[in-house]
Amino acid sequence: MPWKFNSHEAVFLQIASRLRGEILRGKYQPDQQIPPVRQLAFEAAVNPNTMQKALTVLEEEGLLYSRGTVGRFVTTDRSVLALCGERVRREAVHRLVEEAFELGITKEELLRYIQEEGGVEDEKAAGDPAADGGNA
Amino acid sequence: MSFWTNERIEDAVLICEDLCKSYPGLNKPVLDRFCCQIPKGKIIGLLGPNGCGKSTLIKLITGLLVADRGEIYIDGKRRSEKTNALISYLPERTYFNNWMRVEELLTFFAEFYEDFDMALARKMLGELQIDTNAKLKALSKGTKEKVQLVLVMARKAKLYLLDEPIAGVDPAARDYILQTIIGNYNPEATVIITTHLIYDIEPILDEFLFMGFGGKVMLSGVADEVRNEKGKSLDELFRECFRYTPSADSFGR
Repeated sequence: MPWKFNSHEAVFLQIASRLRGEILRGKYQPDQQIPPVRQLAFEAAVNPNTMQKALTVLEEEGLLYSRGTVGRFVTTDRSVLALCGERVRREAVHRLVEEAFELGITKEELLRYIQEEGGVEDEKAAGDPAADGGNA
Repeated sequence: MSFWTNERIEDAVLICEDLCKSYPGLNKPVLDRFCCQIPKGKIIGLLGPNGCGKSTLIKLITGLLVADRGEIYIDGKRRSEKTNALISYLPERTYFNNWMRVEELLTFFAEFYEDFDMALARKMLGELQIDTNAKLKALSKGTKEKVQLVLVMARKAKLYLLDEPIAGVDPAARDYILQTIIGNYNPEATVIITTHLIYDIEPILDEFLFMGFGGKVMLSGVADEVRNEKGKSLDELFRECFRYTPSADSFGR
């Protein structure tokens, strides 16, 4: 299935955040090789150069590293993974809070809604793959 | 940017210089001094409103129409019957004989084109679950279009010209077609796609060209760069670029 994209953000950034999420959720384990550009581009139905650009973003963040012509691998540096996970989680919460405030929900109400929502604790979204062992 | 450089780019697979084309019965030329240079190894969107000259341009490149003025070079050579062998062309409408079976078409293509990859064509027809024993007249319009696209993409050409490849097929087949284009991506070949379905096509494009009336280049560039710079998708930019403004009177009173 080709990936879906929104029209406000550059496609390569959307691809980067999707792959970042997959790495943080442990779909790809530390030191595991990710599929080659062409295969990822094919799966997503995006231009290979766009996919390449997205992978470069993740390399610059230190989440991926390349071994010459062999391919790209997930970093083994736990601190990079932890830091990146922390950033993604903060961004997610930030979006939630912003949207809530736009709807006029107060801080107290928001906290209450989150507690009532329940079930959230069961899903280890964007967790540290080192901590929960991943689910690849 | 590759479309509008004055200097010749080295690896151009297609060069159009000052192309002019008029049709009898139309006051304005469909193409008025159209120029472009298209590099190798790119997937390019030729995007414009109905009647802007997209298909005319494609037909000039394939030699189905003759330009009033101007030159076309394909892979460095002036356009001729010989350069046609380098081009794999998907026309807007299907041109196959209705009495033929898909199987006969395969043989026809294999005999006609040296670069036709029979195994690839069979694989793609299988993936699309098309019965090769079926007669074309028994197939739906969309299925015929799929067959045609398979035949076109199964050639190992230098230049693929796909005129509205996704307009007539269902969304699932659209996805398959886009993946087929990506999957056959070859650094030596260039794919030019004309369409007005920009939202669907834009993730697979390297570069794009918005063509206005008279073949005027309204906006062109590397898709990722332009999207980043303008903070908008090509689909949104297209709507802005070609907006028609209805006046209140047009709705009567």
